[in-house]
Amino acid sequence: MNIIIIGCGEVGKTLAEQLNTADNRITVVDTRSEVIEELTARVDVMGIVGNGATLSVQNEAGVKHADLLIAVTESDELNLLCCAVAGKYPRCRTIARVRSPEYSAEAVYLKNEFDITMLINPEQAAATEITRILRFPSAIKIDTFARGRVELLKFRLPEDSILAGMSVKDAAIKLKCDMLFCTVERGDEVYIAKGNFVFAGKDVISLIASPKNASEFFKKIGYKIRSVKDIMIAGCGSMTDYLCAMLRKDGISVTVIEPDLIRGEELSIRHPEVKVLNGDPTDKSLLMEAGIARMGAFAALTPHDEENILLSLFAKSACQGKTITKINRIEFDEVISRLDLDSTVYPKHITAEIIARYVRATQNSMGSNMETLYHVIKDQVEAAEFVVREASPVTNTPLCELKINPDVLIGAIIHNGQVIIPRGNDRILPGDTVIIVSKQLALHDLTDILK
Amino acid sequence: MNYRMIKYITGWLLIFEALFMAVPAITAAVYHEPEFWHFLMVMGGCVLLGGLMVLRKPASTTLYAKEGFIIVSLSWIILSLVGALPFFISGSIPNYVDALFETASGFTTTGASILTAVEPLPKCMLMWRSFTHWVGGMGVLVFIMAFVPLSGGHNLHIMKAESPGPSVSKLVPRVKTTALILYSIYLSLTFIEFVMLLMGGVSVFESLTTAFGTAGTGGFGVLNDSIASYSPYVQIVVTVFMLLFSVNFSCYYLFLLGRLKDAFNAELRSFLLIVAAAIGIITANISHMYSSLGESLRHSAFAVSSIISTTGFATEDFNLWPALSKTILVLIMFVGACAGSTGGGIKVSRIIIFIKGVGRELGSMIHPHRVKKVTVDKRPLDDDTVRSVNVYMVCFLLVFVSSIALISIEGHDLVTNFTAVTATINNIGPGLELVGPTQNFAFFSYPSKLVLIFDMLAGRLELFPMLLLFNPKTWRK
Repeated sequence: MNIIIIGCGEVGKTLAEQLNTADNRITVVDTRSEVIEELTARVDVMGIVGNGATLSVQNEAGVKHADLLIAVTESDELNLLCCAVAGKYPRCRTIARVRSPEYSAEAVYLKNEFDITMLINPEQAAATEITRILRFPSAIKIDTFARGRVELLKFRLPEDSILAGMSVKDAAIKLKCDMLFCTVERGDEVYIAKGNFVFAGKDVISLIASPKNASEFFKKIGYKIRSVKDIMIAGCGSMTDYLCAMLRKDGISVTVIEPDLIRGEELSIRHPEVKVLNGDPTDKSLLMEAGIARMGAFAALTPHDEENILLSLFAKSACQGKTITKINRIEFDEVISRLDLDSTVYPKHITAEIIARYVRATQNSMGSNMETLYHVIKDQVEAAEFVVREASPVTNTPLCELKINPDVLIGAIIHNGQVIIPRGNDRILPGDTVIIVSKQLALHDLTDILK
Repeated sequence: MNYRMIKYITGWLLIFEALFMAVPAITAAVYHEPEFWHFLMVMGGCVLLGGLMVLRKPASTTLYAKEGFIIVSLSWIILSLVGALPFFISGSIPNYVDALFETASGFTTTGASILTAVEPLPKCMLMWRSFTHWVGGMGVLVFIMAFVPLSGGHNLHIMKAESPGPSVSKLVPRVKTTALILYSIYLSLTFIEFVMLLMGGVSVFESLTTAFGTAGTGGFGVLNDSIASYSPYVQIVVTVFMLLFSVNFSCYYLFLLGRLKDAFNAELRSFLLIVAAAIGIITANISHMYSSLGESLRHSAFAVSSIISTTGFATEDFNLWPALSKTILVLIMFVGACAGSTGGGIKVSRIIIFIKGVGRELGSMIHPHRVKKVTVDKRPLDDDTVRSVNVYMVCFLLVFVSSIALISIEGHDLVTNFTAVTATINNIGPGLELVGPTQNFAFFSYPSKLVLIFDMLAGRLELFPMLLLFNPKTWRK
């Protein structure tokens, strides 16, 4: 695939790294020569310095033979213009990042008018992820498959959990839940949870189950399950705006703290039921006065990463609720993941992930279609959803007879709308949806799971 | 410093060097020469040692610019040290420093020889001499990169350090594909020349060695009088190909893509202009020495192409030409070929940037507040590029002057010393007077030869890699 990436900010750089596999030839475009120089020295891509919205630069980047153009510059308008210019070549599909709520409201019109394949709104996507977590606060992260029929949940085991010291096999027998343990993170190590693996306190575990079975599981291991009733949000950017609209539907009461009076007023006009407080969110007494101690959740969404981390750490000590932290910078995610922060949300990471997923999904044209793809653990474990279109070596055979790669788990099979957590005698049939969790990255086709 | 990665790449280098030696080994087998075993011996040693070094790929393949420079300079030194072994072991060149001089001269595509007569040498040794030109012309590490996945994106540092020119860019997104395209163009052009020489009645062996020598813009001949005894047709073919190989290879790529306007860039236009002007002046200047204008045109065109492409073949002893012609030849020795070609010298693009940079500085003296960027092909150049060109010129001068000072200890005349350094640092081969086209470098003392070996390597790698290798600060933690 020939891919052109216009704009080499955090998202552009991450995309260049993630998409740089053997089948892709990538050209990056940016106006800043030093950024291009740095990126091309690190990643094997072609760099062009210039304004990516001009036809001459796009021609130089080879738009004529490109399969995909991704516009992720800072400006929404520029991204749309890039895609519109590339629209001259119908062969080249286009993806634009559009952040402002005004444009997002007209996404369908823009897509049709400029012939854009996909519009991505990172703030909106991040808000969706936060809403999902708030519905089920025991989990750190929730990814959904098959339109929400199956969930992949990640949670941290408390030190005194009844699961600690139990093996995967025993846990399954004892709990009698229809679910499947997938991965376990312990320190820097990642394990695929096979039968004899023994859990320990503080492990981060991911599992696959239907939403109903998941909540049953959490009840059984002694988690308090109550969905969040009220939330306090620090900072009022466009993500807060999207989030307020989504939370209103769930009937959650929202308190927002914003230092800028005008922004606060704007938000209160759009969402009258939201309680907007004008003040500095890092003011401890203000937070206490606003009732942080009684909140079911706290989301730190200010533009500054350091402030967000600090606020979440404080919220963690001040209230029993769930904390959510927005992080803009991707580079330090390893350090941040070691902090006790509950859930973290990386809008830029989400954007890169959505695009990478799209590219990977369009690349395979064999017997199965990749529908969704999530990075369960960054750069180490991913989960993908495949729709089986035709018979292949993996179909119609009982799973226990297939020679499956040891780094691969079949998480779930959705057969005629019914979720099956697979056992040895189950088989994959054409028409099914299959969820695969694998330590081996870059699965392209369902048949890749075989040894 | 990523030592493991340096070791790993050096290992591959040894394996590939053994692969390159297969060419003279086959030649020896064809002509039933006993040197076959010497080649086999060195090849075996290289494969064994290299194999051990590449056994385990290092965990971290990250390379920074510093490592790129070090790997390149170290590789070229090792390449020459090992490449000299067959000459030395077989006794074809009994002294190791002489053998090293010959090999370094081969790989750096200089073409300066310490041999007083080349014809007595076995055919396989002549083949190895010429083949080193071909290998060194396009760059060894670039060749390896085309086949071995070395270091992901970090390869660019190696490519930048090895490829000649002020700014190196890729033709296509992947370094590996770029290397493959460049080598395909290189191989095709070499093959076309080989066929055209065969059609001129030259033997297969001589066509091959001459084609290798031209392609790498090296200049080792297999006959004592270089190209002089060949027919005018052969001389014209060689003239044309010497010029073709001194053009930036990305121009051919653009040409094949049909982007003619981009292919005929400022550098190519200036290069052709310089060549035409030099040929014109010299033809007029030497016309009284030859019977016809055609003949003097042929000889001047050959000499100019040979010198500006930094090949160093000769049809005539230009040491006997008038002073004006000699001066022009010495001047174009410094200009050299285009960036991104197999030729040496300072490179036309650097000269262009240098002159434009000087123009800008003069302009800013007249109008101190004037804002002006140096542009080439209507594109503004980074101030960094302009600065690095200026630094390059200063370094070039420093290395040049100190080399002259070092070899002048021996007491040869100034023209000899001056042109000997010029001919080696610019990778040309012949100079004037004692090192003229019909002479050789044998009479220099061993210390002087070592200085000249350094000059050849420094010139081929464009100074910085060699200067960094010998800078103690590079190695400090």
